[in-house]
Amino acid sequence: MSVIQALDIGLALLVLAVAGWTIAAREAFASVVGYVAYGLLLSLVWVRLFAVDVALTEAAIGSGVTGVLLISAVVRLRKTEAPAAAERPGVVLRALAAALCTVVAAALAAVVLLMPDPGATLAPEAGQHLGELGVGNPITAVLIAYRSFDTMLEKVVLILAVIGVWSLASDGNWGGVAGPRRGARPEGALAFLAQLLPPLGIVVAIHIVWVGANEPGGAFQGGAILAAMALIVLMARLTEAPEIRRRWLRLALIAGPAVFLVVGIAGFAIPGSFLAYPAGWAKPLILLIEAFMTLSIAATLPMLVIGPPDRPPS
Amino acid sequence: MSAAILAGLTGAALVGLGLYGLLTDPHPLRKILAFNILGSGVFLLFGIIARKGAAAGFAADPVPQAMVITGIVVAFSATALAVTLLLRLFQETRRATLEPDAPAKTPDAGVDG
Repeated sequence: MSVIQALDIGLALLVLAVAGWTIAAREAFASVVGYVAYGLLLSLVWVRLFAVDVALTEAAIGSGVTGVLLISAVVRLRKTEAPAAAERPGVVLRALAAALCTVVAAALAAVVLLMPDPGATLAPEAGQHLGELGVGNPITAVLIAYRSFDTMLEKVVLILAVIGVWSLASDGNWGGVAGPRRGARPEGALAFLAQLLPPLGIVVAIHIVWVGANEPGGAFQGGAILAAMALIVLMARLTEAPEIRRRWLRLALIAGPAVFLVVGIAGFAIPGSFLAYPAGWAKPLILLIEAFMTLSIAATLPMLVIGPPDRPPS
Repeated sequence: MSAAILAGLTGAALVGLGLYGLLTDPHPLRKILAFNILGSGVFLLFGIIARKGAAAGFAADPVPQAMVITGIVVAFSATALAVTLLLRLFQETRRATLEPDAPAKTPDAGVDG
């Protein structure tokens, strides 16, 4: 057994152990901390699958932004843990559930072991038109060109989620502000980091979006880093989130899907079908869409994390 | 055993673990966590499909990878909405339970002080 194989097995065991901890931990806070670590370990597994784009997304969104959301929720829900523990199902029911879950896992494991190698693939088709699109990263090509309809609808899902979250505000707070209040005198390590990191983070995020055309990266990953910068500034209480009635905020939220839709409809006129790019124009249009998508993701993710407005507009 | 098969088996086990947590843990936040673990196990199964589809000079089939990236973002929006619903339920009832016939308000004295 080579060193790299031993590391792979160790990593798999570690992922499973941390996932087991997340499920079994007595306190919900410990469970959430386990989940954040789990997300980071999982992104290492994605690197081992040669899926660096997925690894970046998992680390930034699956672990980072979700972690912030869950930690703030678990602190607010601390008082509900003891009553919930009393509702825990009995031993027999848990044993039955464990048996069922083992069967499901074993069936999936059998599928994995019996999977044909090499399996069915769309890689040659995905690689064929990269030259015409002017992008070198096949995943970016799939996201913004071949399956662009999926990506556009996914942006719509993000907006629907924001509408869902906002609609849980109470009447008096509609249009108001969500999230942490501005601190009177921000100080300490968090305030220092919140001033130091965002300039660097913004540069890194723009770099990741830009190289996403040819290397691992893209609008999702870059947008998530920008969102993380916004969140750290909010959490350090250096500033407050904008009121949700602000027009510029709403424009930023819908800019990505709106530009996507306009380019898609323009496709009816020139190449002749929805979301088709005219020959020679693919690369500039992809960059345009990615730029606005990054803006929308960077605006949407923090709004989803800080939740509905909890104080009225000024 | 290759890294891809190992990751696939990890994914299968994660689906089982997540499903167990979803079924047995009574606290809704823990159910949301378990559901996310279940989801990431499914994503890992996409990972092995992508890796087995390596062709044309690519280390992995880009189509399943793109689907997983979309999936992670959608899973996050669903999680955010679920957590917000749960917090709102807690704000309204001071409880967070899925038990339909639980008493309307638990006495605050004692255990949870």
